[in-house]
Amino acid sequence: MTTPVIANIIEAEQGTSLWQDAWLRLSRNRLALFGLAVLVLFILIATLTPWIAPYSYTQHDLDLGATPPSAAHWLGTDIFGRDMLTQIMYGGRISLAVGFIATAVALLIGITWGAIAGYAGGRIDAVMMRMVDIIYALPFMIFIVLLMVVFGRNMLLLFLAIGAVEWLTMARIMRSQVQSLRQQEFVEAAISLGLSPATIVRRHLIPNALGPIIVYTTLTIPSVMLLEAFLSFLGLGVQPPQTSWGLLISYGAESMEEYPWLLLYPGIAMTLTLFSLNFLGDGLRDALDVRGAKD
Amino acid sequence: MWRFVGYRLLQAIPVLLVVITVTFFLVRAAPGGPFSSEKAVIPEVKAALEAQYGLNLTLFQQYTSYLSDLTKGDLGPSFKYPGRSVNELIAAGFPVTAELGFYALLVALSIGGVAGIIASLRPNTAQDYIPMSAAMIGICMPSFLLGPILILVFGIYLEWLPVSGWGDIPGDKILPAVTLGSTYAAYVARLSRAGMLEVMSQDYIRTARAKGLPEWQVVTRHALRGGLIPVVAFLGPAFAGLLSGSFVVETIFQIPGLGRFYVQAAFNRDYTMILGATVFLATLIVVFNLLSDILAAWMNPRLRAQFAEQ
Repeated sequence: MTTPVIANIIEAEQGTSLWQDAWLRLSRNRLALFGLAVLVLFILIATLTPWIAPYSYTQHDLDLGATPPSAAHWLGTDIFGRDMLTQIMYGGRISLAVGFIATAVALLIGITWGAIAGYAGGRIDAVMMRMVDIIYALPFMIFIVLLMVVFGRNMLLLFLAIGAVEWLTMARIMRSQVQSLRQQEFVEAAISLGLSPATIVRRHLIPNALGPIIVYTTLTIPSVMLLEAFLSFLGLGVQPPQTSWGLLISYGAESMEEYPWLLLYPGIAMTLTLFSLNFLGDGLRDALDVRGAKD
Repeated sequence: MWRFVGYRLLQAIPVLLVVITVTFFLVRAAPGGPFSSEKAVIPEVKAALEAQYGLNLTLFQQYTSYLSDLTKGDLGPSFKYPGRSVNELIAAGFPVTAELGFYALLVALSIGGVAGIIASLRPNTAQDYIPMSAAMIGICMPSFLLGPILILVFGIYLEWLPVSGWGDIPGDKILPAVTLGSTYAAYVARLSRAGMLEVMSQDYIRTARAKGLPEWQVVTRHALRGGLIPVVAFLGPAFAGLLSGSFVVETIFQIPGLGRFYVQAAFNRDYTMILGATVFLATLIVVFNLLSDILAAWMNPRLRAQFAEQ
């Protein structure tokens, strides 16, 4: 007799779940929706690039040289006669991949670190968070430049180095979430009901801590992408024959006087992506009602 | 208050030690020495060079001698520019970078602060949306894109301002300062808007209004101090960002500052220069973080009270 009632309650709860509510609020935010649409489109293009790119990545035509946008080359060609649209599409693959993978690295380290510190509490928590404080105060940009110089410029190191910088805030957010959630009555109630710690984590802590993490993740990706572009611009990031938006902007800046479109189009692609991610992140923050995730 | 200052000072010491140690061993672990570019050096010459720079000692001896030199403020000789010390190179480059950073900070605080305060006075109106959208553009437009675009528009098409250099032609400091400062102007705008919005809903603002103060006095005399605390706390990280941002801006505008030296030293594998410059920059950043934290705490009566109680 009691089971159906509980089932009903659970159903009713799901009917007005946080996520549906958040989606409703997000769908009223046009800028955030625009950001989401652009992002989905760019990710789709990046995934399908090898099949849909108008030219092959290595195809060049030195006799043609740099030409402004035309019917054959929608975004023009660079000084080696390479199709800019193709270059930007392949560059986007790398830029987006760096953004997502390095953020995933940061997410993994940060959540684990923060959750352990928040759970353990006491001295373990104090030591772990003091370590975060110290690392936080290190001048990281300078260290990343140093790392890329010292150990050569390879992609794996780039992911690790950027991930190693960005996990700190994630750890702080996760720790404070876990800590405040642990003291909530519903967790106490769950404990007194005899639920196992694993169930409490899965059913109560993770879903509740997810909001700030999603918001912060969305806002971390653009800052990671900026970092990659910054390094590539200095010649310390992605190396030819691979390309990225940062590298394309760097080449474009060299010849912008004669061929401004070489700077303009990769710049637009990069800025539009960063815009979209930031708008989506801000929209998610409002929709999920997360305060102080990042400003 | 003094407890807070003491606590933060104590925290800065391990940070500096970690910076120096990590940088030292990282640089020493680098493949390829500073002399490996000069092809076919006679072994005797190489040995003499290494002895001169102390490279024949054990790693630990090098480390301790570097630390003891450091306490005397000596950052060692440059590997790449014989006869010049790292101190001299920093002394040559840093004033330029400091000046650039100062102007950029001025741009950031004046434009960003004003935009943020204006936006906060009428939230969710055009007066809010327009500056905040501009701020979003500023955040999304990286300096290495904004710089070339500004050069293209104001330097090449309009021919209003010089495209490169520093202090040679009047007006050549404007574009670099704006390029470096714009991102931070955007952050300052967002932070001051959020800070002001929070403060304006406080009870003491209502009290000030109830006293019959005109609105501009409510803002300038009561709200600003509390509302700008987040901006002051941001100054430390902003300073760190300005220094690393100068790497790019100095490269774009060909400014002979520390940032450009640093990038060149990195490519040249000038070990002592990289090491010295990193230690120097890191110390500056740690000190500025400390100062901005102390200033923010001093502006925040609640935090002061919290530490006074302990």
